[in-house]
Amino acid sequence: MALDAGNRKTDFVVFDRVQKSYDGETLVVKDLNLDIAQGEFLTMLGPSGSGKTTCLMMLAGFETATHGDIRLDGKPINNIPPHKRGIGMVFQNYALFPHMTVEENLAFPLEVRKIGKDEREAKVRRALDMVQMADFGGRRPAQLSGGQQQRIALARALVFEPELVLMDEPLGALDKQLRERMQFEITRLAHEIGITVVYVTHDQTEALTMSDRVAVFNDGKIQQLAEPDVLYEKPENSFVAQFIGENNTLQGTVQDIDGKVATVRLDDGEIIDCTPVNVSQPGERTQVSIRPERVEYNRERLSPDAHTIHAEVLEFIYMGDIFRTRLRVAGNEDFVIKTRNAPDQRRLQRGEKIEIGWLPEDCRALDA
Amino acid sequence: MTDAAADAPIPKPDAGDRARPERQEPLLAADGSPLKKSLQRSLRRQKLRAFGLVAPLLLFVLVTFIAPIADMLFRSVENQIVSETLPRTVVALEQWDPEQDELPSEDTFLAMAYDLVEAQELKIHTRLGTRLNYETTGISSLFRRTGRGVDDFGEIYLDQFEDLNPNWDEAGPWVDLVADEGWEHPAPFEPSERFAALMSETAAAYASFARAIQQGSDDNPREEEPWAPVHMALYHDLMRTDPGAIAAYEGPRAEMLREARAAVEGFESQPVREMFVAEEEDWLDPEVWATIKTFSPPYTPGYFLTSVDLKLSPDGEVVAQDEDQRIYMLLFQRTLFMSLMIMGCTILLGYPIAYLISNLPLRTANLLLILVLLPFWTSLLVRTSAWKVLLQQQGVINDTLVWIGLVADDARLTMINNQFGTIVAMTHILLPFMILPLYSVMKTIPPSYVRAAKSLGATNWTAFWRVYFPQSVPGIGAGCILVFILSIGYYITPELVGGTTGTFISNRIAFHISSSLNWGLAAALGTILLVVVLVLYWVYDRIVGIDNVSLG
Repeated sequence: MALDAGNRKTDFVVFDRVQKSYDGETLVVKDLNLDIAQGEFLTMLGPSGSGKTTCLMMLAGFETATHGDIRLDGKPINNIPPHKRGIGMVFQNYALFPHMTVEENLAFPLEVRKIGKDEREAKVRRALDMVQMADFGGRRPAQLSGGQQQRIALARALVFEPELVLMDEPLGALDKQLRERMQFEITRLAHEIGITVVYVTHDQTEALTMSDRVAVFNDGKIQQLAEPDVLYEKPENSFVAQFIGENNTLQGTVQDIDGKVATVRLDDGEIIDCTPVNVSQPGERTQVSIRPERVEYNRERLSPDAHTIHAEVLEFIYMGDIFRTRLRVAGNEDFVIKTRNAPDQRRLQRGEKIEIGWLPEDCRALDA
Repeated sequence: MTDAAADAPIPKPDAGDRARPERQEPLLAADGSPLKKSLQRSLRRQKLRAFGLVAPLLLFVLVTFIAPIADMLFRSVENQIVSETLPRTVVALEQWDPEQDELPSEDTFLAMAYDLVEAQELKIHTRLGTRLNYETTGISSLFRRTGRGVDDFGEIYLDQFEDLNPNWDEAGPWVDLVADEGWEHPAPFEPSERFAALMSETAAAYASFARAIQQGSDDNPREEEPWAPVHMALYHDLMRTDPGAIAAYEGPRAEMLREARAAVEGFESQPVREMFVAEEEDWLDPEVWATIKTFSPPYTPGYFLTSVDLKLSPDGEVVAQDEDQRIYMLLFQRTLFMSLMIMGCTILLGYPIAYLISNLPLRTANLLLILVLLPFWTSLLVRTSAWKVLLQQQGVINDTLVWIGLVADDARLTMINNQFGTIVAMTHILLPFMILPLYSVMKTIPPSYVRAAKSLGATNWTAFWRVYFPQSVPGIGAGCILVFILSIGYYITPELVGGTTGTFISNRIAFHISSSLNWGLAAALGTILLVVVLVLYWVYDRIVGIDNVSLG
């Protein structure tokens, strides 16, 4: 078993060539290989229908893998029923038992484990304290707000001290402000207790802010598995680039690849330098991706290495902390740039012709 | 609660209310009238419209449902037939104490004679006999036979008066003597005040005769000779009245009266009691009179007492019914027991089916639901008859068992015309009423609850029993109430397959409604059934809570 520097198992949860099909004709999960380290907060991110929830359900034991092994702490768990896996789970709609009080809900996993009354009460109390809901033990779930129910569901998944907790879009039903608070709380708790979390969401902000690593799912496959910053800054294919954050794309053809620089001829004839990511030979069609905040139009700030290109301002939107400007660049009318609202920042006018620039490292040539 | 409350560890549900400023003055609408009033005005049209939409149904329910039930409840205690048919006797019996074991007075017999002769002319004495026969057997024939001879009671006087003056057996002179001057036939007979003041008993007896024949057979008193009891009254009056007063009488036919008064002292007389005894010995039985007295009030608990195998003894005390007539408590117990059995069977059979259907994909579930509802599309009679075919001794099931060799040919199972047959057939018929509410409740239980329970470590059984089952209880409650209330009043199936041991109280009610025509008893039985259902409903509400009943 592989151990890293902190003596943690790096292969605490293992998906080994896992496939899943419901109808025998199409694969919902195609050849999934994934190692999750102990204590890691891993998020499965993807659009709906991408197979992320199916993976979670296979891990929880509610779906069986059509092919391949799932191992937990070295043991294959394919044939272990859900209640013997000892995995905590938080459901999308919380699934708090409506006919039990909060305390009874929390005591349920302890009761079925035949834990004595005194210890049970102590653990319930501790779990309620942990989520700052100590005064709500006697209430029924229906008497709680969405955020409170969320905390109780979390406490219930943690109260029997599982080593692995699964969360299936747990914040989906909350409003934005509360969601942000809960994101923070869940990560804080997970790190305090040091438990492994597999978190499923389709909200990329959630994935980026909470996770140690993010696995981006699409079409039954992991498109990229990386730390949030890597995922954002170095997307490995155009799906990830499009799915994570805002992104400008320019269509073109690879002219030449020379080590770390690819020369791309854009469709309107302009030639730019890019970092090749998954293009391999000249003549290949490519999608060039540039993050809006990596584009600069202020000459004084522009780095000398920057590649510059002409642009026309189509729209200027004042958004408070930033300015958002829509430009026509190399024939693309949806080229967006974001600039910080600094005191010396110039506000652009509609119809203005400007010159914009970016570093070749920020400009990535991806598959078309 | 809003999510803002989640941020504060201690909720303040009333914070919003407190924040609102106190309002002392009523709010005013834009035109200065109080807001409440203008709101009411603007809602009135809507309310009237809503009421208008509901009104036809309301009327329908009132006329066809509430009113008959109220009438039925009333019938179960109503007993005016005795006091209406025997008004004089009822009054006379007030003085009589049945516990003294003596016969009533001569006056009571006399009152009975007057009542009975009027009743037989109106042909209502047999109805009363039937009514009283519910309480004491034999009264019906006593009344019927006495009724045949009662218009000759007092014949002894008629003969003597006729010998004195043939006019006493003529219609015209009697009318001249008694009738008010202004009276003419089609109008109800009116005795003259002058005559009534002098000879009250005769006036009353003749008026009773005249009105009875007018009403009963549309005859003209001027053409019908009065019946003998009138002459008996005349004899009594003449014997009582001072000759001076009769001498002073100046009405029509006064000379007939004076002549009769002079002769009457020499007349032969006969006690009324003897007349009755000559007709029927049973009139000497104090129990007959006691029964009449006991049931003379306009309202009686008698039907209800009968319904629970008690009765009012002739002395007016509540005693147990004769052993061979105690059937109603047994029937009530059997009805309750079998309804509970049927309810239990429908739960046992219906719960797994409902669970299965609610967990299937929609298409398959709909198909299965149609199968569940299929019996509804078949006539109840056909289904019940099908059970006869299946369950009878020469039926399909017995044949199969004999063929397999499980049952000997000469020891075929009795599965019909007993409790077993009723329970089987009714469970089958009522099963959809259990499945449908169960299904609609189970449909609303998200599968994530059971998943959550399993992920928390519960085995399949614990997850079902601790998490799924409690949430399906409202469906069980609704199904139980439906099935139980339907089966407790079920009639046709027990009638067809119940035999003698599998019939319900409703079969007895139907018997009293359509065969024995004892509607009062039928009404009392029905009322008790209604009360039992309401009590059980109340108990259910206390134990399970009616809020926990859900049809989906």
